Amino acid sequence: MAVSSSSFLSTTSLTNSKSNISFASSVSPSLRSVVFRSTIPATSHRRSMTVRSKIREIFMPALSSTMTEGKIVSWIKTEGEKLAKGESVVVVESDKADMDVETFYDGYLAAIVVGEGETAPVGAAIGLLAETEAEIEEAKTKAASKSSSSVVEAVVPSPPPVTSSPAPAIAQPAPVTAVADGPRKTVATPYAKKLAKQHKVDIGSVAGTGPFGRITASDVETAAGIAPSKSSVAPPPPPPTPVAAKAATTTTNLPPLLPDSSIVPFTAMQSAVSKNMIESLSVPTFRVGYPVNTDALDALYEKVKPKGVTMTALLAKAAGMALAQHPVVNASCKDGKSFSYNANINIAVAVAINGGLITPVLQDADKLDLYLLSQKWKELVGKARSKQLQPHEYNSGTFTLSNLGMFGVDRFDAILPPGQGAIMAVGASKPTVVADKDGFFSVKNTMLVNVTADHRIVYGADLAAFLQTFAKIIENPDSLTL
Amino acid sequence: MQSALSLSFSQASLPLANRTLCSSNAAPSTPRNLRFCGLRREAFCFSPSKQLTSCRFHIQSRRIEVSAAASSSAGNGAPSKSFDYDLIIIGAGVGGHGAALHAVEKGLKTAIIEGDVVGGTCVNRGCVPSKALLAVSGRMRELQNEHHMKAFGLQVSAAGYDRQGVADHASNLATKIRNNLTNSMKALGVDILTGFGAVLGPQKVKYGDNIITGKDIIIATGSVPFVPKGIEVDGKTVITSDHALKLESVPDWIAIVGSGYIGLEFSDVYTALGSEVTFIEALDQLMPGFDPEISKLAQRVLINTRKIDYHTGVFASKITPAKDGKPVLIELIDAKTKEPKDTLEVDAALIATGRAPFTNGLGLENINVTTQRGFIPVDERMRVIDGNGKLVPHLYCIGDANGKLMLAHAASAQGISVVEQVTGRDHVLNHLSIPAACFTHPEISMVGLTEPQAREKAEKEGFKVSIAKTSFKANTKALAENEGEGLAKMIYRPDNGEILGVHIFGLHAADLIHEASNAIALGTRIQDIKLAVHAHPTLSEVVDELFKAAKVDSPASVTAQSVKVTV
Repeated sequence: MAVSSSSFLSTTSLTNSKSNISFASSVSPSLRSVVFRSTIPATSHRRSMTVRSKIREIFMPALSSTMTEGKIVSWIKTEGEKLAKGESVVVVESDKADMDVETFYDGYLAAIVVGEGETAPVGAAIGLLAETEAEIEEAKTKAASKSSSSVVEAVVPSPPPVTSSPAPAIAQPAPVTAVADGPRKTVATPYAKKLAKQHKVDIGSVAGTGPFGRITASDVETAAGIAPSKSSVAPPPPPPTPVAAKAATTTTNLPPLLPDSSIVPFTAMQSAVSKNMIESLSVPTFRVGYPVNTDALDALYEKVKPKGVTMTALLAKAAGMALAQHPVVNASCKDGKSFSYNANINIAVAVAINGGLITPVLQDADKLDLYLLSQKWKELVGKARSKQLQPHEYNSGTFTLSNLGMFGVDRFDAILPPGQGAIMAVGASKPTVVADKDGFFSVKNTMLVNVTADHRIVYGADLAAFLQTFAKIIENPDSLTL
Repeated sequence: MQSALSLSFSQASLPLANRTLCSSNAAPSTPRNLRFCGLRREAFCFSPSKQLTSCRFHIQSRRIEVSAAASSSAGNGAPSKSFDYDLIIIGAGVGGHGAALHAVEKGLKTAIIEGDVVGGTCVNRGCVPSKALLAVSGRMRELQNEHHMKAFGLQVSAAGYDRQGVADHASNLATKIRNNLTNSMKALGVDILTGFGAVLGPQKVKYGDNIITGKDIIIATGSVPFVPKGIEVDGKTVITSDHALKLESVPDWIAIVGSGYIGLEFSDVYTALGSEVTFIEALDQLMPGFDPEISKLAQRVLINTRKIDYHTGVFASKITPAKDGKPVLIELIDAKTKEPKDTLEVDAALIATGRAPFTNGLGLENINVTTQRGFIPVDERMRVIDGNGKLVPHLYCIGDANGKLMLAHAASAQGISVVEQVTGRDHVLNHLSIPAACFTHPEISMVGLTEPQAREKAEKEGFKVSIAKTSFKANTKALAENEGEGLAKMIYRPDNGEILGVHIFGLHAADLIHEASNAIALGTRIQDIKLAVHAHPTLSEVVDELFKAAKVDSPASVTAQSVKVTV
């Protein structure tokens, strides 16, 4: 026992965190060609430069099967120093350990492309090796051009460019986002940044839905089109709509449990809807209805319809403009402890598409003009039908609009999607007898809108004021076209 | 009554009893102890739990000696004629407590003055409650790690926690240890005087409205969290370790200013409980002060794989607590150029920038002592040095207040060293033999010099330095626990086998360091200790391998061997 154990221990104890890798001896030839590559048969777009000299690129080696990038710990040799075959040139830190990288060519370290402390993807050039002293200068100019135009695109295993880090790298102490760019800057949590890097998501393009509008891990996950790490199923839209869930139940008829009925498992979209519906139960909601006179809006619609403007765009624009005046209705409460005013007004619009529903988002609905909005809407609907919506195109909504008026529905009641402050249910506009303040009766087109809101953050008066503004905009719709 | 007899007996038996206890891992069941303890079993009430902090280890072994001595009803010595006490200790933290127990053992009439709570920082706002939180975080981390659980064949459904329950565990532990400390001193007859102590003059101390005299005086007033200027601590969203240990909230995102022991341990706690962490470190790399190789590996395991990011080389020049619906704002400036670099918006900020000595109002001006950045200047025997560079007679300062090594067990060791001196045995504490530990998961521990320090010393003094390393990946017990991540590293002199430093990162590193620290303290050489036997399979074999991996030119000393044989 004792003997076997001690021999076991002594044989394995040589595992060290820092070990030497000689590419000449221990690594297969295929890897060799990655580590050092002469530029003569260089990547195609450098063909114009007919290089006769032997300048070799030193590439970031793959030191472990999981390594995607490496950090230069230190250059053992300095620029211009002579190298002998088998000498260590640079120490590279992988995700696992630090390793010395050796040269198996004689020559000179002509230029260091990736400096100490910097990171480069596997396969990217990190330095240049000149065969003779005379070629050092040439290699240096090459290195200069290399760092300006990222040459390495053609290098096989590494999509991101070399020199500058692709996303705000976590390992980088220096802030990547500029300091003085006004009131709004991208704030992303540490894990969000890590995930963005891992999934190669540009953090700047992610809409933050966390507290104070910060980008959270789940924002990055949705932007990357992957399911939030907690739920293993249900990849599609996490916050798509409940409203339309209603529409879905009315239109698709889930089978009643009768003897001959068949059981149909949920599609991914249906389970996502179901999940959201259950989730919505945890939010205390209330509803406020409001009649809106649409005579003026209908008249405007007739005028702009030939120009491709849809009723959806008109309503979204009106809602957007009203929200701009009542930001609390556009806010969201995620954790029950705080809420955030969303920086943008993104109107999600519920659409029934075969077998389900989705909520394409009209971003910045208050800012875009009516025509652009209509154009954008057409584009989104097209994408929705062909299932090509990008995550940010269906999950960045801050307020939802659901319109069942085209079916003749005069009023209905929507369920608040999780993560949003309010949802508006729009019924059909119908000729209605109304009495004015002098007691005269007239017939006016009136549409009933009914808003469901999160009572933790939006109170009755807030919603009433918002609806009043909304009604005013609809009744004097000229501002919509401005 | 039989005081003379039992005193002499306890003194004679102490070294032996102590040794037995250490080697048998402090089992309180030795018949010898029971006989003397009698009704004082409560002194052992927490000993069965082995999850002790480093400072508790100290206390415990000492307490046992103490209960032996306590059987003399007048355990606290006889007062000397001209003084109220032989020894007055200002501050009942771990340092003061250690000194008090040792003083009683040496027959000194001892008083301890406490202005706040017995136990001081370590027990109430430091090592002890933080170990409770870390015990929770370690389990949470394990239960949440699906991969880890699967590798064991275990199935665990979603692990959750109750914040208040966790917080209660920490405060209960602190209370329990505080009571143990108080009881152990009361049992010995140490006078616990309540009030804020101050030095009035040589051998004269004031507490409250009372003035007492003592032949010797030890200042052991400890430290408080250091908060750099520009940082507004509100105790809710901008906090120090004092607040954090109460765990009143677990913020979604917390910035930790400082990546030393305190910051690292809290990052372990907060990330295990679901927070994301941003480190702010003024130096160019995280975990300054650790051996570079260890801190690099630790960073890979403790930082990079967790929900943590960091800014290095920056100062937090201004931190504003969350208010008016705004998050906590942290302004960062470049540590060198002092230019603004960035602004962070987080939910909370923990200030872990170190600790400042608590020496105000001690009456130091009465004896012409000027503090240096608040620290009381002392020589290597903890004797206080006055403004003219002269020693102040009969006045000593131990622990954080002198700033030599701000660790609970160092304070206690310094206190014992002082008691040795005042009872007639010259003693100089070797600070290089004092181990330190950071209780992250896995733990980090160290004793002696770091590699760069050793190399510098070697260059100056002209000797050679070698390094031996072993990995936890090669250790059976570590692999059985699926915790193979870790490294042990020893810096030593190949010519004579002297251990200069040992650094361990891995499972239970804090418990493993003592073999090395004892070897350094006792001057044991590698060539001798490598022949000692370790139980298999245990984690201690990591250290065993370390000794065996060292290449020493000197042969094992024959005498040491023969001594072992006779034992």
